[in-house]
Amino acid sequence: MTARADPPALSVSGVTKRFGGFVALDCVSLEVSEGSITGLIGPNGAGKSTLFAIIAGFLPPDGGTIRLRGEDVTGEPPWRLHARGLARTFQIPRLFSRMTVLENLMVAAPNQSGERLPAPWLARRQIRREEEALRARALGVLERLNLARHAEAPASALSGGQKKLVELGRALMSGASVILLDEPAAGVNRTLLREIAEIIAALNREEGITFLVIEHDLDLVADLCTRVWCLAEGRVIAAGSIGEVRNDPQVAEAYLGMTFDVH
Amino acid sequence: MLAFVNFYLIPGLVLGAIYALSAIGLSLIYGVMRFAHFAHGDLMALGAYVALAASTGLGISVWASIPFAAAATIPAALVADALFYARLRRSLPAVLLISSFGVALMLRALIYLFFGPTPLTFPRPIVPPLVFEGVRIQARHIWIILGAALCAFILHLLLSRTRAGRAMRAMSDDPDLARISGVATAAVIRLTWVIAAVLVAVAGVFLGLDTQLQPVMGFNVLLASFAAAILGGIGRPWGAAFGGVILGLAEECSTYPLRDGAPLLEPTYKSAVAFVVLIATLLLRPQGLFRGMI
Repeated sequence: MTARADPPALSVSGVTKRFGGFVALDCVSLEVSEGSITGLIGPNGAGKSTLFAIIAGFLPPDGGTIRLRGEDVTGEPPWRLHARGLARTFQIPRLFSRMTVLENLMVAAPNQSGERLPAPWLARRQIRREEEALRARALGVLERLNLARHAEAPASALSGGQKKLVELGRALMSGASVILLDEPAAGVNRTLLREIAEIIAALNREEGITFLVIEHDLDLVADLCTRVWCLAEGRVIAAGSIGEVRNDPQVAEAYLGMTFDVH
Repeated sequence: MLAFVNFYLIPGLVLGAIYALSAIGLSLIYGVMRFAHFAHGDLMALGAYVALAASTGLGISVWASIPFAAAATIPAALVADALFYARLRRSLPAVLLISSFGVALMLRALIYLFFGPTPLTFPRPIVPPLVFEGVRIQARHIWIILGAALCAFILHLLLSRTRAGRAMRAMSDDPDLARISGVATAAVIRLTWVIAAVLVAVAGVFLGLDTQLQPVMGFNVLLASFAAAILGGIGRPWGAAFGGVILGLAEECSTYPLRDGAPLLEPTYKSAVAFVVLIATLLLRPQGLFRGMI
């Protein structure tokens, strides 16, 4: 790794998490460099989702530190991390099911004056202007995600893959610059999967958003990610380009019985 | 037919309007904070009594005293939240329910202390009802129905058109997701109390105008308000408003003399209608007419 002045977008060092006697994460250290799409792979139960939960502030680690652009954010609650520009999506998408797709996006934008207490009865004009700007921005994000035609549909009416896109949209609305994606491809049909992959790549290329992606679909990882970390039984067992990681004997062993086709 | 309109339909709508205002607040509180707010009825009585004090003390009309009522219920709700409910936010809903029962007793004790147990009435002249083609309606009943409709309309605009309303709906949809999405949950909770307190103050003044003021006046309608909120699907303000109107009508119409002059239900049992509706809802459609959150 070349020495750089800028700290990585995200760095995890020595993170440990135990659930009772079970060690879910054992001194895990990894880095996500600024502007990269980094992959996190590993067999089921490796601790990937636990690590995500710890990075995003949902679980406190038993040891170790999380740094966001060099700043120690270990143990900060999710909403504070959200305000710092770190957003996550869930393995099983979580949306406000009784609100429309558009409203789901609008509610994720950072606080504006309309949310404060006396404002709805005062400053009406300013609120209306803000509302319109917010609506336009949300529609723009939906356009980008190819979901504009579903703007007024209730979020519960979308397919699983579309829900994943709405989650990504919510992250974009919040102005996140580092986004953790938990299995964006799981249960998504091939066509939509291509679309999701292109959207992620475009957001990274055009807006400079950094992604850390948990994914089992190694072809997708190969397409998207410049660097991959492999976790197994709570430890980092390999890191490097997808080609290097795929050929690593330890990785092959961890995915016992699975064979990789290196394209 | 005219007798039905004059003696059952109009009183039913008036009572329904009052239930609706109270039930909307209960439903909002349940949606955002997930607990049954038992102090709601006594908050209502507080509003009515403060309006009485303002209108007699300042010599203003009862309608003009509504802001004074709200000026008492808003801080009362916010203080109860800060002192009691906020500390219990992470505990079981039943614990919050019990604590709100405690707040209810405190509020009622304050009312007894300052106003005594004797029923009081708002100063109002005795006026003949307005007559339209045989339909007789008291002017104050028109204002009560219109006032409740206006409150519901303003609330609708607030919930559907403003960012604050959207944040409230998000919180009632999924509180944890709202919190992590950066919704200012503390501000949303305060806003919820303010809205519920304003609505319940209006309901209290209306109830006092319709009948009279007693320290237990709010507690007496609390059960019907809960029944209305559950009938409409708890956590759904529109359902609560609808449920309130249905329940008010059901209570008044339950005494209609269908069987040659004998009332359907003796007036003494009128208040049992709310229980029947509540039990029937929970048995037949526990999620409420509009699919609430239970």
